[in-house]
Amino acid sequence: MSSASDRKAYWRSNLKIMGVLLTIWFLVSYGCGIIWVDSLNKIQLGGYKLGFWFAQQGSIFTFVIIILVYVILLNKLDRKYGFDQDTPAEQEIAKQQAKEGEKEWEL
Amino acid sequence: MGTLMIASMGTWFQEMFSNEQNIWSFGWVVFTFSIYIGIALYTRAGSSKEFYVAGGGVPPLANGLATAADWMSAASFLGMAGLISFNGYNASTYLMGWTGGYVLLALCLAPYLRKFGKFTVPDFIGDRYYSDKARVIALLCAIFISFTYIAGQMRGVGVVFSRFLNVSVEKGVLIGMAIVFCYAVLGGMKGITYTQVAQYCVLIFAFMVPAFFISIQLTGSPIPQIGLGAEIKGQEGVYLLDKLDQILVDLGFDKYTENLSEGWKLNMFATTCALMVGTAGLPHVIIRFFTVPNVRDARKSAFYALFFIAILYTTAPAVAAFSMFNMINTVSEKPYKVEKIEVTETQIATPLVAVTEVTEGVEIADGLPAWFYNWEKTGLLNWYDKNNDGKIQYYPGEVMDGKWKNAVTEDGEVARGLLGQVLPDASLKASENENELSVDRDIMVLANPEIANLHPWVIGLVAAGGLAAALSTAAGLLLVISTSVSHDLMKKVIMPEMSDKTELFYARGASIVAIAIAGYFGINPPGFVAEVVGFAFGFAAASFFPAILLGIFYKKFNKQGAITGMLVGLLSTAGYVIYFKFINPSANVAENHFLGIGPNGFGFVGMILNFVVGLAVSAMTPEPPQEIQNLVEEIRIPNNAGQAQDH
Repeated sequence: MSSASDRKAYWRSNLKIMGVLLTIWFLVSYGCGIIWVDSLNKIQLGGYKLGFWFAQQGSIFTFVIIILVYVILLNKLDRKYGFDQDTPAEQEIAKQQAKEGEKEWEL
Repeated sequence: MGTLMIASMGTWFQEMFSNEQNIWSFGWVVFTFSIYIGIALYTRAGSSKEFYVAGGGVPPLANGLATAADWMSAASFLGMAGLISFNGYNASTYLMGWTGGYVLLALCLAPYLRKFGKFTVPDFIGDRYYSDKARVIALLCAIFISFTYIAGQMRGVGVVFSRFLNVSVEKGVLIGMAIVFCYAVLGGMKGITYTQVAQYCVLIFAFMVPAFFISIQLTGSPIPQIGLGAEIKGQEGVYLLDKLDQILVDLGFDKYTENLSEGWKLNMFATTCALMVGTAGLPHVIIRFFTVPNVRDARKSAFYALFFIAILYTTAPAVAAFSMFNMINTVSEKPYKVEKIEVTETQIATPLVAVTEVTEGVEIADGLPAWFYNWEKTGLLNWYDKNNDGKIQYYPGEVMDGKWKNAVTEDGEVARGLLGQVLPDASLKASENENELSVDRDIMVLANPEIANLHPWVIGLVAAGGLAAALSTAAGLLLVISTSVSHDLMKKVIMPEMSDKTELFYARGASIVAIAIAGYFGINPPGFVAEVVGFAFGFAAASFFPAILLGIFYKKFNKQGAITGMLVGLLSTAGYVIYFKFINPSANVAENHFLGIGPNGFGFVGMILNFVVGLAVSAMTPEPPQEIQNLVEEIRIPNNAGQAQDH
């Protein structure tokens, strides 16, 4: 179903996505929140000093968005390489578990 | 004996229901606890797979909610806002550290560990590094980290009970143990997961409601994240944070929003990094990603988890600033006691005491608010009148030369001074500074609604929320401990032949023992619990994280590298912490620290050592066997599509 080169290409794309997202992760927290905090604090965002805002609010918002983007991009990547299809055995397990899951939610 | 018990129950009831506040707290706690127990009875575990990972069938949204509750402990709910209140910008390290770790977890670990498809972290380490030695090291780390954590949770349960339900800390811990026993031992991961979903709802509601009301009171904006950056209500052009900076600087404290000292950046960088990486390496958080059906759901549930965590974590800085602002405004320079005098017409003409407001026949206002007197009795908020002016002065520095302890009279009552104030224990001496107010920073969240004068139902709700936070985390940790013992130790190392039923029996037995030990530490906390909890992150960062990360991203990394790396990371961090905290605490100042990095941040250095030594050893020793390299290839692909062709 999938060739070795497909798997290599998939892994390379995955690493690229991770690299970009982790760079952003580093820049908002360690960068804006700690390293450049003094210069950013000279800028006001309403009542917030910008550096303070990044350290206590902005970085956390960005983290949530980073994971969201990762989920979307990786799902797309899975589809491109056909890795989103489960094997028949897996589908069977998933179906059974979904049924059990529903039972819990009726509670 | 029996009559004595009934009599003491009688007094308890009488005291308990003598005020509205207690009735509300009691009502909320009973209500939420019945929900938890109901869920636990409904979701009993039948097999060891259900016990360990809820059968691997939890929908991602539910798993995200459960992960959030699992992760947010009594420390997040009760302690973090207090930490920010008293440290301002510097406490950002906790905010970024504890949330940023989720990004690492979601991008680098969770999907691959789910694909690997076993139950625990030691499972992964043992299989990936084809070594029982590695498995046992990982197992010991997991148990150690979980125990240090859980003791703090049980203590949190005890504190909430003692303040809000009129029972002693010891009885509070026992009640907490009984509840956790119900759903952790019977329900296993399945019971825990669905209880945690309910607990997340309780704790987030309890945290947001007071924040919402106080934000409206102070700034007019209902959203605390916006309120924190807004103008103070009724004072145009005056931002709350600027005003707070100014109040603190006037009293001699550091600015709230900035760190103006020198050379702190590297330490903050290292501490934040140790917390982030430690978060990603915590066994009770990682284990949650084994409970969803597949890799895509693992990714999705990491997103949900951080989203739900972020709601509380972005509100906490607002709660912190609001409560600091309110506390100083209601307490600083206020007289402890205002004379209560019957006011007649003649007295209004010639008042005997300085008063700001006189209403006929009513006590005089502008003294301390009532909540001060409630907390005074607990020994967590106290006043020592150094200059004998009868007013409360709040300045930098500790009031006494040790931690405040209430003085007790011979018949067991708290000893009071001339004005009725609670006195410090005779063993304490007043410090040289002028500060007269002793505040335990952990009370900020619990006292916050009282400080803002909110209705008793809100105050009771906060008590239920604190319990939800502590219990959910305690349950998750108990599960890690019992799984480590029954699965990783008994099944994988000691008795590989045992049946599923026996394994389940050991799992339940181990959680009973673990609850008992945790309860013991909750009742008799060793003085260093709070400290050790902080170090647990450093240990997780220095031991687990590099081994898991390299296990996924570097397939030629072998067992020799992993084992030496874990040992070097763990021992160097432990050595540094033990030296500065227990052997030579007087040397624990920035000048003596390695590059100015304190014990809390040293896990960062330990992690780097782990990477460097591990990679060097791995390069000098034989590659891992081909089947292990194939296993690594396999976990990188989200489904089983590649498998058929290879084999």
